[in-house]
Amino acid sequence: MKSVKIILLAIFFVIFPLIVRSDYYLHLMIIAFMWVTIGTAWNLLAGYTGQVSFGHAIFFGTGAYTAGLLASKLYISAWWGMLLGGPCAMLIAAFVGWVCFRLRGPYFALATLAGGEIIRLVAVNWESLTKGMVGILLMPSFKSKLPYYYIALGIAILAMLKVHLLMRSKYGYWFLAIREDQDAAEAMGINTTLYKNISLLVSAFFTGTAGAFYTNYMGFIDPSVVFSLHYISIMTILVVIVGGVATRFGPAIGAFIMVGVQELFRSSIFGLAPKWVSQAHALVFGIIVVFVIMFMANGVVGDWHKISRVFKRAR
Amino acid sequence: MLVFIQTIASGILIGGVYALIGLGMTLIMGVMGIINLAHGQLMMVAMYITFVLFTHLGLDPYICIFITMPSLFLLGIVIQKYLLNPLIKVESILPENQVLMTVGIGMVLTEIARFIFTSNYVSIKTPYAAKAIFLKNISLNLPMCIAFLIAVFFTLLLFWFLLKTDTGRAIRATAQDKEAALLMGINTPRITYLTFGIGSALVALAGTILLPIYYLFPDIGGPFTLKAFVITILGGLGSTIGAIVGGVILGIAESLGATYVAMGYREAIGFVIFVLVLIFLPGGLKSITKV
Repeated sequence: MKSVKIILLAIFFVIFPLIVRSDYYLHLMIIAFMWVTIGTAWNLLAGYTGQVSFGHAIFFGTGAYTAGLLASKLYISAWWGMLLGGPCAMLIAAFVGWVCFRLRGPYFALATLAGGEIIRLVAVNWESLTKGMVGILLMPSFKSKLPYYYIALGIAILAMLKVHLLMRSKYGYWFLAIREDQDAAEAMGINTTLYKNISLLVSAFFTGTAGAFYTNYMGFIDPSVVFSLHYISIMTILVVIVGGVATRFGPAIGAFIMVGVQELFRSSIFGLAPKWVSQAHALVFGIIVVFVIMFMANGVVGDWHKISRVFKRAR
Repeated sequence: MLVFIQTIASGILIGGVYALIGLGMTLIMGVMGIINLAHGQLMMVAMYITFVLFTHLGLDPYICIFITMPSLFLLGIVIQKYLLNPLIKVESILPENQVLMTVGIGMVLTEIARFIFTSNYVSIKTPYAAKAIFLKNISLNLPMCIAFLIAVFFTLLLFWFLLKTDTGRAIRATAQDKEAALLMGINTPRITYLTFGIGSALVALAGTILLPIYYLFPDIGGPFTLKAFVITILGGLGSTIGAIVGGVILGIAESLGATYVAMGYREAIGFVIFVLVLIFLPGGLKSITKV
């Protein structure tokens, strides 16, 4: 029954662009798919392995800049970045893991946060390589949004599938054991540092690939966007928390909700509301964070029984 | 050589103020076991309060201390009592909920400030802002010196409070062992929000005395949150002495970096220290000084 639903959903997404021809909605879908990928990747590391990262912008930005630099320095197609962005992000992740896994819990989270800020400052200041705040501008390969739509969908499905398979394998049990009790896991003979690093590397790979896709799709990157603490690292966390931490479909649902909400307020509720609403979109964003953590700590999927109860009572 | 001494001197001056920011964070860290990622944003709020008082009432920033500190103390208590403490009861998979909550609070504060004051850079013009004191050939910026002295005074006051008063002792007991403190009859929830209030008041003080030197914009909070965090890690988690030493070290390192490396990397220096500390001295200065 469940697999039938998933297949129907997949078919829906495949034929969606054939029904809805508006570029605007396709764009929103592409961005949402990108966030599904990043959210799923973060969920593997934070939700399942228990290592909350505040610095996924490190990997996203690395992937994005890999693609950008290939085009601007080596003059080859930025699409190679789709292949190399992930591995480059893994390379950085190996270093990040070496330093940050000396710390646990909240301290790990903060160390990754600092890591993200360091790499952003380097990208801003190393102007001979990255052109600093000027950014890198590329010519987009396709005029139509259709190819991008299917590529983004493909990456998102791949990421979800990989995480799903990983969690069904032995690694999944090791990851969960580390999340539940690191000391106990260590006592059971699990090499916690190794498996935390594996989780981080897989997570970084998909985030980096999403970053490389972002470069190809948007055609412009600069450090203040792709290495941004708020718009990438925090947004990643929000996507997963809103959807549901450590649930299979939580990150995906969270991505669609967050992209939808963001767009809703940015466009002043489709231009119906007064203009100040769009100015307050970041404020609304912050209020959503506070609200979700207070009342729905396990996200839409995790707290679904709570939400459905409220609706039942209302009826 | 002169440049070097000059750099060190200005580093120490700004370091005194950094120490105040770090002290607030390390207190909260010690008692509640979480890092307050809205710390810099609280400072931003205090700076805007000072800015409004200065431009509309013409109050001197140094007098504003008596308004910003109590108001941020209250704000801190409200945040801790109504937003952070209830989270302890919420069951969730991630233990970092409180930290995430402070991120959310920080975002809300920043955006409210942006909504009211827009993103424009503002600064206040005081008659003494450009004055300097000369010690032989070294020039020291006057507001920096005043800020340093005020910072030292309040740091001493804080130490007196922590070491000699009952409430201070209760705070230290809670930081050492929450359960034991509870068993000894200390009202630990009350201590947690009191501590958050004190931490906020300290950072409010830092913001107020920095305003004559810095320009102000809604996003100023973020970098200072990170600075406070670097200081806390450098000093050792929950260590007050460490926070002071860490603050001064960060101040000196930043000003050396700005002079000898590049102005653009000034902010990055802190993080480089941070990574080095994590690799070579994971316990921070606390593991050397043992306090």
